[in-house]
Amino acid sequence: MMEWLDMVIQGILLGGLYALFAIGLSITYGVMRLVNIAHGDFIVLAGYATLPLVTYLHWHPFVALPLVMLIMAILGYMLQTTLLNKTIGPDILPPLLVTFGLSIVIQNGLQQLFSADAQALQIGDLQIASLQIGEELAIGWFPLIVFMVALAMTFGVNYLFNHTDTGMSLRATSDDPVTASLMGIRAQHVYGVALALSFALVAVGGVFSAIRTTFTPSTGPISLLYAFESVVIGGLGSIWGTFAGAVILGVAQALGSKFDSGYGILAGHLVFLLILIFKPDGLFPRTRA
Amino acid sequence: MLKTHQLKAFYGDFQALFGIDFEIGQSETVAIIGSNGAGKSTFLKSICGLIKSPNESVSLVNSPIGELPAEARVRLGISLVPEGRKLFRSLSVEENLRIGGFAKRDGYWSLARVYELFPALIEKKYAPATSLSGGQQQMVAIGRALLSNPKLLLCDEISLGLSPLVVKDIYNALPKICAEGLSVVLVEQDIDAALKASNRYYCFMHGKVSLSGESSLAKRRDISAAYFGITEDQS
Repeated sequence: MMEWLDMVIQGILLGGLYALFAIGLSITYGVMRLVNIAHGDFIVLAGYATLPLVTYLHWHPFVALPLVMLIMAILGYMLQTTLLNKTIGPDILPPLLVTFGLSIVIQNGLQQLFSADAQALQIGDLQIASLQIGEELAIGWFPLIVFMVALAMTFGVNYLFNHTDTGMSLRATSDDPVTASLMGIRAQHVYGVALALSFALVAVGGVFSAIRTTFTPSTGPISLLYAFESVVIGGLGSIWGTFAGAVILGVAQALGSKFDSGYGILAGHLVFLLILIFKPDGLFPRTRA
Repeated sequence: MLKTHQLKAFYGDFQALFGIDFEIGQSETVAIIGSNGAGKSTFLKSICGLIKSPNESVSLVNSPIGELPAEARVRLGISLVPEGRKLFRSLSVEENLRIGGFAKRDGYWSLARVYELFPALIEKKYAPATSLSGGQQQMVAIGRALLSNPKLLLCDEISLGLSPLVVKDIYNALPKICAEGLSVVLVEQDIDAALKASNRYYCFMHGKVSLSGESSLAKRRDISAAYFGITEDQS
């Protein structure tokens, strides 16, 4: 019994990491119908961006994180305003193709710069430290930190969207960019802000992921897949729905790996497929009047 | 205050406006009437920047603005109440009003003054904007435009789809709106309402001005001729 509870808790905590991957994707889809195929590669890029700060400057990855978030956010804004805005339109194919191309460029660029060797970010003892609950249950501090940060970020993003002027601009532009322009809102800028926000979350997810497991230039697509599955399970356009979707995916993977260590990822995919079949709008779709 | 000179507009290869000369002064209310497809909405879109024109063909207080995008023109004081209201469906009533103030112009209009003008909106302020009745949605759309504190307010078919009683309510608010020295362009299919509320009028037909003059002197017969194009020497 305790083992099952342990697995569920591990799964929930893992879901926190997936939420960090997924919410960025949910934001860009929600605001500008952009499905960023290179999303996973930017997660990996954030890991590689942290690497020199840790290796050469001997910064703790947690100290490097705010700087990496800032760099990634600026990169996101620039990428959107210089390149991706040109692809946004009634046709959803151009952004897919351009970000697919970016994905290839990033993977090969990273391989050229850092080789294909697996890398990892070290946080010392914290990596294995755990919180003992009762006699049989222990929760790792690091997964717990990841989950709490993910929860805080989700709160933050939700607050930003619903209670700030920036959030109003984001929602209004998502509803109707032409009418938003009549309010003095420039859609190109708002889209830049949306990708900056997405990339800031990607940075957090990327750094945590790089601490949790090793990474290579080609690990991006699997992160994209988890992000995508979380968004679809939760329902498009709902931030808390995406968080819940990520947690469900994490739990499914954890329970699957309880049967056989190879079944974890498969169980996640099966849950995703079941949701697609029986609830194609996701579990918590945003309802609109 | 605002002038257009030989203003033309195109949708791709289709020409919608064929050289419109138009003028509106400070605190004047001008009506634009005309049938469907006469180019009235296209004209408003050209003024507010949703359609761009050669720079010199639209000028605001003698400076050319024809090439400026809509988001720049609202900061100069041109605000549109779009046809069909176009409220933001993810925003509450109050958010829809507040977003009108994002152009950050100072002036008479504030959230409190808009609620004073349309008290019916107060109790609905947290409701989703699209849950309101048509008339109340129109009030939100007008309030949203006023909150940018425009010099020139463009109203596109504000009576469309509303009951006569509601239309009367909205037109009753117009003098209060104009009292602040605002210039208003009213685009309407309802000729009587438009003439009653305006100082001058322009009648559009097939993308050209077919008649213009003082609203109080407008003759019914001339207007139907200019409106429908029924004249003795019809070409």
